[in-house]
Amino acid sequence: MKESLLKENTATAKTAIFEVRGLTKVYGMGEVEVHALRGVDMDLYEGELVVLLGPSGSGKSTLLNIIGGLDGPSSGTVTYMSKNLTLATDRELTEYRRRHVGFVFQFYNLIPSLTAKENVSIVTEIAENPMDPADALAIVGLSERKDHFPAQLSGGEQQRVAIARAIAKNPSVLLCDEPTGALDSETGIVVLEALDRVNRELGTTTALITHNMDIASMADRVIHLKAGHISEVLINSEKLSPGELVW
Amino acid sequence: MSSLSSLNKKLFRDLWRMKGQALAIILVVACGVATYVMSISTYDSLETTRTGFNREYRFADIFASLKRAPESLTARLSEIPGIERIETRVVAPVTVDIEGFEDPVTGLVSSLPDRGEPLLNNLYLRSGRFLEPGRDNEVLLNEAFAKSHKIKPGESITITVNGRQQQLLVVGIALSPEHIFQISPTAFYPDFKRYGVMWMNRSAISTAYNMEGAFNDVVISLSGERSEEEVLERLDLILEPYGSRGGYGREYQLSHRYLTEELKGLQKMATVYPVIFLGVAAFLLNVVMTRMISTEREQIAILKAFGYDNLEVGYLYFKLVLIISAIGLAIGIYAGVWLGENLSNLYMEFYRFPYLNYVLRPSVVIISCLISLLAAISGTLLAVRRAVKLSPAVAMRPEPPVSYRATFIERLGLQSFISQPGRMILRHLERRPVKSLMTVVGIAFGCAIMVMGTCFGDAIDYMIDVEFNISRHDDLIVSFIEPTSGSALNELKSLEGVFHAEPFRSVPVKLVNGHKSYRTTLEGTSNENRLSTLLDQDLKKIELPPEGIVLTEHLGKLLGVRPGDRLTIEVLEGERPIKEAQVAALVKQFVGVSAYMEIDALARFMREGSAISGVRLTFDPTYRADIYSRLKDMPRVAGSLAREDALQNFNNAMAEQIYIFIFFIISLATIIAFGVVYNSARIALAERQRELGSLRVLGYTRGEVSYILLGELAILTLLAIPLGFIIGRGLAKYIIDSMQTELYRIPLVIESDTYALSALVVLIAAVISGIIVREKLDHLDLVEVLKTKE
Ligand SMILES: Nc1ncnc2c1ncn2[C@@H]1O[C@H](COP(=O)(O)OP(=O)(O)OP(=O)(O)O)[C@@H](O)[C@H]1O
Ligand SMILES: [Mg+2]
Repeated sequence: MKESLLKENTATAKTAIFEVRGLTKVYGMGEVEVHALRGVDMDLYEGELVVLLGPSGSGKSTLLNIIGGLDGPSSGTVTYMSKNLTLATDRELTEYRRRHVGFVFQFYNLIPSLTAKENVSIVTEIAENPMDPADALAIVGLSERKDHFPAQLSGGEQQRVAIARAIAKNPSVLLCDEPTGALDSETGIVVLEALDRVNRELGTTTALITHNMDIASMADRVIHLKAGHISEVLINSEKLSPGELVW
Repeated sequence: MSSLSSLNKKLFRDLWRMKGQALAIILVVACGVATYVMSISTYDSLETTRTGFNREYRFADIFASLKRAPESLTARLSEIPGIERIETRVVAPVTVDIEGFEDPVTGLVSSLPDRGEPLLNNLYLRSGRFLEPGRDNEVLLNEAFAKSHKIKPGESITITVNGRQQQLLVVGIALSPEHIFQISPTAFYPDFKRYGVMWMNRSAISTAYNMEGAFNDVVISLSGERSEEEVLERLDLILEPYGSRGGYGREYQLSHRYLTEELKGLQKMATVYPVIFLGVAAFLLNVVMTRMISTEREQIAILKAFGYDNLEVGYLYFKLVLIISAIGLAIGIYAGVWLGENLSNLYMEFYRFPYLNYVLRPSVVIISCLISLLAAISGTLLAVRRAVKLSPAVAMRPEPPVSYRATFIERLGLQSFISQPGRMILRHLERRPVKSLMTVVGIAFGCAIMVMGTCFGDAIDYMIDVEFNISRHDDLIVSFIEPTSGSALNELKSLEGVFHAEPFRSVPVKLVNGHKSYRTTLEGTSNENRLSTLLDQDLKKIELPPEGIVLTEHLGKLLGVRPGDRLTIEVLEGERPIKEAQVAALVKQFVGVSAYMEIDALARFMREGSAISGVRLTFDPTYRADIYSRLKDMPRVAGSLAREDALQNFNNAMAEQIYIFIFFIISLATIIAFGVVYNSARIALAERQRELGSLRVLGYTRGEVSYILLGELAILTLLAIPLGFIIGRGLAKYIIDSMQTELYRIPLVIESDTYALSALVVLIAAVISGIIVREKLDHLDLVEVLKTKE
């Protein structure tokens, strides 16, 4: 396959921290079966920033959720640092999420009864080496709004809280499902800069789902999904910084 | 606040947000705990107080009464092995004249030793002083009697002993372990005004009753070296020639027995009610938690996604439930103690103790905690388990659009009759049959408890109707001091104003079936009698057979006999004949346990002529006072009881207590009904807020949107009511079956009024809940609905 060739050519120096092999996911909904993933092979390398692109329903979120240990595959394996996540127990998956993974969800998923800062604290309180929640909010430019409840924040602001929450624990992996989907380009760039900074300065491996081709320019690699398959993997020889992006 | 973890902040804010629902659950838990604490602590208090009183005041173990025995017999009696103390007494039936009270009053004068305290059945002096030795005109009154006539020390009363009037000075008001419950041996319910216990110096009452140098009553305490039966056997052997009716132990002592039965009932209540209330509380917690947690599935998923483990998440919701039940528990214990103290005091009106030891055992508190904890845990465990089981990825997605389908009604082709919102209601109900069913069952329980509580009123009415109207037609029952010849009947018949009089004979007996035995009275009446009838299950008249015996149904149960079985009758008076008889029928009676025989058959059995023990009569009410005053002058008349007074007594003794009880149950039931309905409405709102908000955004009016939600609630409520009737009847039967005592059996009767009232309360709860929910719906923040996902 074209993909594997590319990989060998370009990324031999890096170690793969995720190895995804033959991953399928079938959702059984009564009579209808939905094949969300139909055999995905993919590696993620330490410290890289990967963008996942693909049409709606192509399985991006599903893939990310499985990598993040939120869901199990129907078949295939996911290895993280030579640990097979697909064989992990529920307890081990919890431990994995707690110590290594930071999530930004497509639907923000803040806890409505907690303020912005508390939504961040809820993660830092159980993390090993977290930032101060206030610092995390400062990174996404929300210092002023830290005592507001989600209902008092705009969609974009909620999304930024979600990002602050994901980075605040200093995760080894950052998984972001359309983090800028609800944001205007200016705010979007602020958020992406935050992600980029975390990726660069802390070396956090970052996977980022987006519909936005332009964002792909800031990635090390761009993986295209189509109907549950990886259709294409591109390597950006020249990575742009978020500030240089336009959309 | 900063020390509080974010998770705990969430917890408290969630709790605050659902405060209305939480309050409803708190109240239900509190009701369950309160009933438990109230009834158990009342039981414990009465039991402890009784035990303490009996011990401190040396309540006797064995009692025997006889015609007359010389004092010298005491020495022989004392030699019976196994006796600790023995005291002989003179006990005299008297009639009492109380100024300003026309009705005949009878009483019992019991002797106290001329010097010193009684060896047994010592008195507690409530006010005044004890009798002075040598004073033959002094009397002590039992408190229940004195209070009912408001007699104080220093006042005087007139008694008639042996036909001679005597004026006595009341020097003190006293209480005795022997008469904690003051009741005439011929009555089923106490009548503190018309029957009183008094005490006089032995020499004084002996003179008045012609018992000098003799005794007619003996009380004994046991040392424990010999069994009660052994002592009784020896005692009876010695006393037999002196006209003894046979000794008996405490279990047959009237006051003691009544109290025991009452305590039994209380104990049953203490087990049955809390089970029901806490059961409902657990159910409610379960429904509420399941549904609340299902509206929080997304939040649970977030927590899990960030690495909170199942235990931590489960514990969070668990704490929520714990806080709610702990508050309920605290309120319940507090209220239970308060109610318990009040209930105990209420009992003190009937059961005269010198003091009340209110007892709240630590174990009661611990058990309350355990029970409510158990209710909370069982109610929540499943819900929490289900919530944490869900994979976070699945939980975090908005719930997939569910596959609705045409409802049953629509498939029947009736859709044209149903509006679009109507169809939405039906589809929603049909799609979630389990949830709908849970709501229906929950509301039904609210209704059921109403039925269960209220039906006691119907039962009492029915009892009164049967006991006082259908089976009794007399106006007055006159009883004689001792069996009397038929001429007494004629004497009464000839009184002016008397319409009709019928004699009866009643004999103290011991009925024996194998190793089971029971002391009661055997009443001889005639099939010709119209003033009292024996009724069967269907309220049809039972004919007394020429031979054989008829038993109160409950007595049949106690003895383990059915119609056709044989048992042994041992008469405890006169020549004390013994014979075998066949049980001819069982008679339906709600009060007391008696046996019946054809009066002539009884006379043959007793080997006596036409002896009668009393007369039932009807009279012209205008002659009432005359008849009463004539009766007072008849030396052989021991007492008389008018039907209306008996009814009054019944109401005082039983109905009043039960009405208080009903009031209590109805209050609880209302809380429960309200708690369930309100919670169901609030949860439905929480679950469908978004959907209904979206409809509002699409242009549906407030009315239409409310209709969808409240219409559903209305349908569920209407379905729940008949189910509640059925469950309520079941619960009522369960409770009533467990409340059968020798004193009374409450029938299972539920009138349509009760059903109507129960339904009404549930409907009102539904309407109020509906109004609150409607209020919330009207203020639904549409912007927020749009802002959040979906
Ligand atoms: N829990 C589920 N049950 C049934 N089908 C599901 C479930 N989750 C996802 N799917 C289906 O799996 C497919 C992939 O879904 P996924 O959410 O991964 O798509 P996506 O690429 O993230 O799309 P989008 O860009 O719209 O977010 C879709 O067809 C979706 O409908
Ligand atoms: Mg997606």
